[in-house]
Amino acid sequence: MTPHIEYLLRLGDSSLVLGQRLSEWTGHGPVLEEDIALTNIALDLIGQARLLLTHAGRLEGAGRDEDALAYFRDARAFRNVTLAELPNSGIERGRTQSACYAFTVVRNLLFCAWQAETWAALADSADGELAAIAAKSAKETAYHLRHAGDWVVRLGDGTDTSRARAQRALDALLPYCNELFAGDAVDAAVHAAGIGPRAADLEAPWRARVVPVIEEATLAMPAASRFVSTGKSGLHSEHLEYVLAEMQSLARAHPGARW
Amino acid sequence: MAAPPYAQELVERAWAVLGTVADPEIPVISVVDLGIVRSIEADAAGVAVAVTPTYAACPATEVIARDISEALAMAGIAARLTTRLSPPWTTDWITPAGRARLREFGIAPPGAVDRSAGQVVHLVPRGARMQQTPPCPQCGSASTELLSQFASTACKALYRCLDCREPFDYFKPL
Repeated sequence: MTPHIEYLLRLGDSSLVLGQRLSEWTGHGPVLEEDIALTNIALDLIGQARLLLTHAGRLEGAGRDEDALAYFRDARAFRNVTLAELPNSGIERGRTQSACYAFTVVRNLLFCAWQAETWAALADSADGELAAIAAKSAKETAYHLRHAGDWVVRLGDGTDTSRARAQRALDALLPYCNELFAGDAVDAAVHAAGIGPRAADLEAPWRARVVPVIEEATLAMPAASRFVSTGKSGLHSEHLEYVLAEMQSLARAHPGARW
Repeated sequence: MAAPPYAQELVERAWAVLGTVADPEIPVISVVDLGIVRSIEADAAGVAVAVTPTYAACPATEVIARDISEALAMAGIAARLTTRLSPPWTTDWITPAGRARLREFGIAPPGAVDRSAGQVVHLVPRGARMQQTPPCPQCGSASTELLSQFASTACKALYRCLDCREPFDYFKPL
């Protein structure tokens, strides 16, 4: 698989897996408006994934379409960043496993800010189709980012309980952002070919988006961590398998089904 | 090579047919008024129609493509549909007639897209949260407030009128 296709899978799988995670809120949102908002955001992310995976499948030329890539690959073949696959309940041991809204919106802030910078950097990609997908996605991501930032401020600068939950979420999630900016062979090849930005170059503009929101939310930015997750190389946390089991079971039970 | 003499007429007929194809989610507005039909060109087989999606994942996209093909086939025009992603669709392409129909239907039409802001998202400080809100499509009052940035479909936000107290959809600028 070429670095070009690997890179498209990193972007497409990240959108797909977070879209699937956010869709878990459908019917379970804390209030009706938020239920609808998260479902809309999930749908937008899956829309990005459809375009990116279709493009990756065409470039590969092995006859795999978006559905083949989404439903018939196993966890090791997924290239999403680990940040996207973490459960909505958070990742602390020993906690009751109910979904946490603070964890959801803090993750959306960190992830969507990275997406916003990625789309902006892809505007002049040597891959014209990718540039078009990025330009389309950038407009939608702007709304997602505003939604997430608004909630992080409300929760952080809110009650003692909401503030504690938002801070706990930020402490848990920030180490997973290191992966977003970690370079490797795929990153170097894609950058050299003019297809995408160098991952590390996105960190400063990402911080410039995220830090003011964290400050407005009166939260504390955790100290830097050296932990680097490895989802984009296909080495995932134990959580991805559960996402895929739910997402893929129907398609695998009825391969080729039409309706 | 000169276009066949009937080409212009064929293209004009195709535009007229598409002017009658309604958006499945907002049936008062046609796909032409929505600004998603980017071009119609005559070719050897009939016409080539380029359509641009509103939102990448809008579930209506596939229905719209089918409706367009069927309407043209009913009119005896052979059509080939292509999807054009770039430049991305913007609500600025909704026609004045389309905006008027949205308002009559109870949906506040979108304001202009703020291009000066580019891709930068400014978080609005609390207290001064809404800079400008759309007027109420029911009573015309300018005194309205945002309830949620996301509403019944991907393309709309939910507002409430502070005078007539009715909630309404706002077609958000994209």
